[in-house]
Amino acid sequence: MSVITYRDAVSSVLREALDEDERVFLMGEDIGPYGGAFAVTKGFYEQYGKKRIKDSPLAESVIVGAGVGAAMVGLRPVVELMTINFSLLAMDQIVNHAAKIRYMSGGQFSIPLIIRTVTGAGASVGATHSQSFEGWYASVPGLTVVTPSTPRDVIGLFRSCRELNDPVMFVEHILLYGTRGEAPDSGDFRIPIGQADLRRTGKDITLCGYSRMALVAEQAADILAREGIEADVIDLRCLRPLDSETIVNSVKKTHRALMVEETTRLGGFAGELVSQIQEDAFDYLDAPVGRVAGAEVPIPYSFPLEQLAIPSAESVAASARKLLNRS
Amino acid sequence: MLKAADVPELTKTDLLGFYRQMKLIREFERESERQYTRGNIKGFLHVYNGEEAIAVGAINTLREDDYVVTHYRDHGQALARGIGSKEVMAELMGKATGCSNGKGGSMHLFSSELNFMGGYAIVGGQLCIAAGIGLAVQYRGNDQVVLCFFGDGAVNEGEFHEAMNLAAIWNLPVIFFCEHNLYGMGASSKETLVMWDSLHEMAAAYGMDRYEVDGNDVLEVRDLMQKINIDVRAGKGPAFVVARTYRLRGHSVADPADYRPDDEVSYWAGQDPIPRFRDWLTQEGIATVEDFDEIDANVDEEVVAAAEFGELSPWPEPDDLYHGVYTDRPAEGIPTSGSS
Ligand SMILES: Cc1ncc(C[n+]2csc(CCOP(=O)(O)OP(=O)(O)O)c2C)c(N)n1
Ligand SMILES: [Mg+2]
Repeated sequence: MSVITYRDAVSSVLREALDEDERVFLMGEDIGPYGGAFAVTKGFYEQYGKKRIKDSPLAESVIVGAGVGAAMVGLRPVVELMTINFSLLAMDQIVNHAAKIRYMSGGQFSIPLIIRTVTGAGASVGATHSQSFEGWYASVPGLTVVTPSTPRDVIGLFRSCRELNDPVMFVEHILLYGTRGEAPDSGDFRIPIGQADLRRTGKDITLCGYSRMALVAEQAADILAREGIEADVIDLRCLRPLDSETIVNSVKKTHRALMVEETTRLGGFAGELVSQIQEDAFDYLDAPVGRVAGAEVPIPYSFPLEQLAIPSAESVAASARKLLNRS
Repeated sequence: MLKAADVPELTKTDLLGFYRQMKLIREFERESERQYTRGNIKGFLHVYNGEEAIAVGAINTLREDDYVVTHYRDHGQALARGIGSKEVMAELMGKATGCSNGKGGSMHLFSSELNFMGGYAIVGGQLCIAAGIGLAVQYRGNDQVVLCFFGDGAVNEGEFHEAMNLAAIWNLPVIFFCEHNLYGMGASSKETLVMWDSLHEMAAAYGMDRYEVDGNDVLEVRDLMQKINIDVRAGKGPAFVVARTYRLRGHSVADPADYRPDDEVSYWAGQDPIPRFRDWLTQEGIATVEDFDEIDANVDEEVVAAAEFGELSPWPEPDDLYHGVYTDRPAEGIPTSGSS
């Protein structure tokens, strides 16, 4: 095991894909000589050349749409949407086309397309650049939505995504690129799609999040542990397909649950998780299922305000105490 | 107008083949409207009446390994590409035997076997996909062309610009083919499209080869496409074709099209591509009334058989609801027996 950054993990699986499969090419804005907005593809252009590292115009619809077309005829494009905020300009291609062509064609055409993009708040980049839309995409049948939180998960999940033959939203988090973690040594290492990660076990409460919020939940569990509260911490890792079994089993054990997410509570993905818990574990609950979510505001620029708008380890711990009547 | 001598490579059989295809599309649409009023076809139905010369003239110039991408007004292109009239009619009826297994419907016809890459019903979306197919052709170093149809309404979409620019800057083998029928649904293009009267010139902004053609003249369309195919196959990059034409019916069967001036409608009725081609074949001494009668009767039979096939075909099985969402795994939410 070596310790690498999340950024290095993304770069390494992209290199692996390019090295192993001639059908793979990358396409996106500024991924060429510039090296990518988050420096993920630094050096790629020089190494792999223009044919495989396609620096595209500022045109999100055709970045995804051209990926769809190329995938329909057997290539395996990995396209990059600089951030998920800009994915709105490609939503027609993602939602109306990529996700539906297989079904609408009676199964005649598969779309093995990976769409990499970047979600999240907390980078002081203002309301238009700080959104978390992965939950929206998770509402679309035909898509697979993956949200890795660690270098290890990036590697294991990306490799599994490459083995799928359908469109994937591979959603990286803007604040995680510099974080470090252990990387698996084996090239065979995979994480199955749709399998949540029980990152920590405890008997008192289930904390559940995805992407950076899974890490925040884990930090909250550290705080709670010092107070004698033991939490199960679940990282969903995928929003579609969703591993509700792991969540439900945990809740059956702990009898209390708190969902953590960065986007707004109203219309957020956590509401879906709460629903599944009450459907499948209602009789096991000792308290209403709680949620810690982003504030119902456009994310503000000013640092202290932005911090107030997104869940923190402290706010998660505080909500957990409340659920346990320990506040 | 071309003379027979201008197309020496076309035999009588070829020429009557074009006539038959156009006639088949027209009669197929007549039948589909009839089936719609009978309730056998539901939802939207956009017929192709009046534009047959485009699909027939253009698609017949393609090789088997070329690609066709089109919009929701796609029955004509599907038939011209060779999808069986039975399979198309069954698709319109939502039957399991349809060319998209009943899952797509009128606006979403597909055939992987014929490289018929789909009808797309979100205006403009297919241009981006066509660019991607062109990209794959180029990536593999092949010489296929991608023929992408869309309407004049689609030119107003941002995806038109994105796809045209990308195809041009990357020199992709895509023929962007605009069926300029003067309307996008109920809106006259004269009111919505600055360049409506010289639409092909929009491609000048992309440095692209551009052409205007009489879309109601099957031989003119064919002739132009032959030339363009050679250039595009040779790696000269994308081309933009604007075919002037007219919808003889409303936007969809639900549209009486009463927003169109009478003189315009009657002018274009006189430009109907099928009588025009028939007259040409007669004047050039290529075909006789007997030839046409035989073909027409044969087409009628085919259309009746298609409707019958559609009607008698089974619906998809309830289990099919969940089939085909993903390649590698079952769809989410498949009911398990015994669950509530
Ligand atoms: C993005 C989008 N906007 C609106 C519609 C509704 N709509 C369907 S067809 C159409 C008109 C398109 O006109 P044109 O591209 O000229 O094609 P034509 O119908 O004339 O063949 C409209 C507005 C749609 N399907 N997609
Ligand atoms: Mg039109």
